[in-house]
Amino acid sequence: MRNKYLGKAFEILTLFSAIAIISVILFMLFEILYNSWGTLNWNFLISPPDQGMTAGGIFPAIVGTTYLVLLMSLIGVPIGTITAIYLVEYANSKSIFTKIIRFAVNTLAGVPSIVFGLFGLGFFIQFIGGGLDKVLYDNKELVWGQPNLLWASFTMAFLTVPVVIVSVEEALRSVPDDLRAASLALGVSKLRTIIKIVIPNAMSGIITGTILAISRGAGEVAPILFTGAAYFLPKLPSSLSDQFMNLGYHIYIMSTQSTNVDETAGIQFATVAVLLLLTSSLTGIGVYFRYKIRKRKLN
Amino acid sequence: MKKEYNLIKKNNDYFEIFGEIFIKLISLISFIVIILIFVFVFREAQYTFIEQRHETSQEEQIQETYGDIPEDNNVSTSGYASMETSGHAGKADWNNLTSKNWQPVSSEPKYGLIPLAIGSFKVTVVAVLFGAPIAILAAIYTALFANKKLKEIIKPSIEVLASFPSVVIGFFALVILATLLQNIFGYQYRLNAFVGGLALSLAIIPIIYTITEDALSTVPKYWVEASLALGANKWQTAFFVILPAAIPGIFAALILGFGRAFGETMIVLMATGNAALVSTNIFEPVRTMSATIGAEMAEVVFGEVHYGVLFLIGSILFIFTFILNAIAEFYIRGKLLKRFRGDV
Repeated sequence: MRNKYLGKAFEILTLFSAIAIISVILFMLFEILYNSWGTLNWNFLISPPDQGMTAGGIFPAIVGTTYLVLLMSLIGVPIGTITAIYLVEYANSKSIFTKIIRFAVNTLAGVPSIVFGLFGLGFFIQFIGGGLDKVLYDNKELVWGQPNLLWASFTMAFLTVPVVIVSVEEALRSVPDDLRAASLALGVSKLRTIIKIVIPNAMSGIITGTILAISRGAGEVAPILFTGAAYFLPKLPSSLSDQFMNLGYHIYIMSTQSTNVDETAGIQFATVAVLLLLTSSLTGIGVYFRYKIRKRKLN
Repeated sequence: MKKEYNLIKKNNDYFEIFGEIFIKLISLISFIVIILIFVFVFREAQYTFIEQRHETSQEEQIQETYGDIPEDNNVSTSGYASMETSGHAGKADWNNLTSKNWQPVSSEPKYGLIPLAIGSFKVTVVAVLFGAPIAILAAIYTALFANKKLKEIIKPSIEVLASFPSVVIGFFALVILATLLQNIFGYQYRLNAFVGGLALSLAIIPIIYTITEDALSTVPKYWVEASLALGANKWQTAFFVILPAAIPGIFAALILGFGRAFGETMIVLMATGNAALVSTNIFEPVRTMSATIGAEMAEVVFGEVHYGVLFLIGSILFIFTFILNAIAEFYIRGKLLKRFRGDV
């Protein structure tokens, strides 16, 4: 008897934990949406900051974030997709090469984002950028050896590659072996089978991976703190060597470094709401796709 | 599948041959990046130990600071302007690095890493102590007790939290949570290790929850059925069969959660007050290792000792999380899989 009551008590305790987490999430969402209600409107999205950041909107930050995630995807998605293809279609799980790649991907997923920022600074900006400046401009001009959109995108791309790999891998594994066998039986070679049969069937996974990577990349701030994000720019970035504004960075600076923190509270909350809606809706779409892929695998 | 592929591989199909080489090379990139992170983060850390030159002109220094210098003059630039970035003498030796003071910007700079390490551990421990039990209990509810309908509501809801950018959680902690908690507990400093730790727990809860839930759900069904068939009730089965079997997975979840909390930057940067103190009081402000890099990298000059020390901190963070990840992976792979295959 006693045992039974203890068990019931434990079950209720676990239920309360789940409820507690969900309540905190709801509380966060409520506070952010409630406080941004007055500021968040269409005009806020399409106008630049005004009057020393105390008025106006966040248009340049939206544009900067968009440029960043697009460039990042251009670099990271092909790398992630091809790595996943290797891991699923080619890799012999016992070979050392495969084990190294697997370990590298897992490690990459666990590297703190601030270390990616340091890597971007040390490798892309100092080494590659500095080297390019030496070769192209004879060290007279500082073009590539400084924080900019390109290096921030590269840094972010490597941060999000594991996200892409996981999604694409799952999708590739859900493609039935019958399809591959049928193609091979018709005399089609391996790589052509992958390109013509496997990849089209795994397209949803590639899209899912891209969406999840974009969601992650849009929200990360630490890697771009010193690889390209800027607090305020009068112009939109026009070349890869320009700095850019970014939603997350905007939130960070506005809430910690500006003198009129209280005055801009509405803008801050509205920016947070925009970023949060962006990342969570993207993640929502991605997770839904993934759910569908899993269902297909089960059938 | 692999064998069938190889049977029809033609030796003279260059599309196939070069295609495979290309795919292999691309998949090596992840590995190369890991090596590059090692090499370049460590390489820049060397400036910690190199004797400084003093002849750098002011102009060069301005060009070579990182991060942005706000161009809008109407808005305060005090955070940047007040920081003297002119070169400091000397290099950081072992005594300096292990001292109890972090004062990188002063006439006699102190690069003591002790307060930063204490700060990181304090915040991380608060986050794990608070977040882990809740996440694990919630995972137990989802995996063992919830009916299918509830499960389909609870699981995605908690996983949504994983998509919250850390800057958003940091903002929430800074603007709302800090004031709320100060009103409840009445401590002196609005931003402190406690607030930072609680906010950080929001970032690690989804990680610990997801991995624990996975570990619990992968316990073989026939173990559960066997237990029930022997007359054990639902809770006894949960307690004495499923939970012990999933312990390695839960352990791995804890390690990964710890690693994530330790390396997290934006939340602690915004919510912990960033004062490098040596104290065990969790209601005092702290400055963590990651936050130090985030806050100060924009102000340092390339090649300066301070610049090197920040990279040194980054190297330590990297090695630490690297080891934690390796342990977690080894633990999952080695123990969990072996156990479920039956050779306990």
